[in-house]
Amino acid sequence: MQIDWLHFSPWTALCGGALIGLASAFLLLATSRIAGISGIVGGLLRTGSSDAGWRLAFVGGLLAAPVLWQLLVPGGLLLPHLFLESPEQLLVLAFAGLLVGLGTQLAKGCTSGHGICGLARFSRRSLVAVVIFMATAMVVVFITHHVPGVGV
Amino acid sequence: MNALAALLAGLLFGAGLILSGMSDPAKVLGFLDLAGNWDPSLMLVMVGAIGVAIVPFAWGARLSRSWFGTPMVMPRNDRVDRRLLIGSALFGVGWGLSGLCPGPALISLGAGYLPGAIFAVCMLLGMKASEWVPD
Repeated sequence: MQIDWLHFSPWTALCGGALIGLASAFLLLATSRIAGISGIVGGLLRTGSSDAGWRLAFVGGLLAAPVLWQLLVPGGLLLPHLFLESPEQLLVLAFAGLLVGLGTQLAKGCTSGHGICGLARFSRRSLVAVVIFMATAMVVVFITHHVPGVGV
Repeated sequence: MNALAALLAGLLFGAGLILSGMSDPAKVLGFLDLAGNWDPSLMLVMVGAIGVAIVPFAWGARLSRSWFGTPMVMPRNDRVDRRLLIGSALFGVGWGLSGLCPGPALISLGAGYLPGAIFAVCMLLGMKASEWVPD
């Protein structure tokens, strides 16, 4: 294993993480809701959900964050324009989206709900979920990045 | 009040994702690529987030009501079942293929990136499709 010192950003990672933790803690203490993105969005898709208000507000905040960031922070974001250099990449991206949507609903959580909120309250279920999705993702990245002829 | 708090939490959460670099799929893939040039940043994001959340979550579990008066309900289900195992594995495959999980996907959508929008729409379809998966 070799550390990518060029891209490793310990301070922004820790501070950004702390902001995420603060947001999750605030949402829980103020409204008794868990800041799990897949759970919040999934709840909006269920027919007859009666608590759409706070969910829409949270998603709205998340969607507005990059817009405000671009306006307020000098030098702004931005995310690099990756992938989508070929039709194959578009298909892979669409397929990945389907899997992320389906998987997070079946598992009732993603990197935020299980990975942060779940681990912060020592949930065994969340620990199992995190170990599985991290391990699977690492195997997939190994295959796509290091097995000759598979690259996407 | 709940909606206002949720809006603020969403903004903070989004700012955290952007500041930490986790809204950038390349950075996430850099963490998942153990055999390549490994970028440990994501691990520190989790350390920072969990480190800050751990005490408030323990406190929240002891409250009977939230600050705005809603009954405090913590998730009770701690069962490891087949849906959790299969769902987490499917999510992991999608995450590894794209470098995007639900939060960063929404950031990417909010930033107006076409790839983010495509991913987000497919993610919503996948979420909806989960309703038809039998137990």
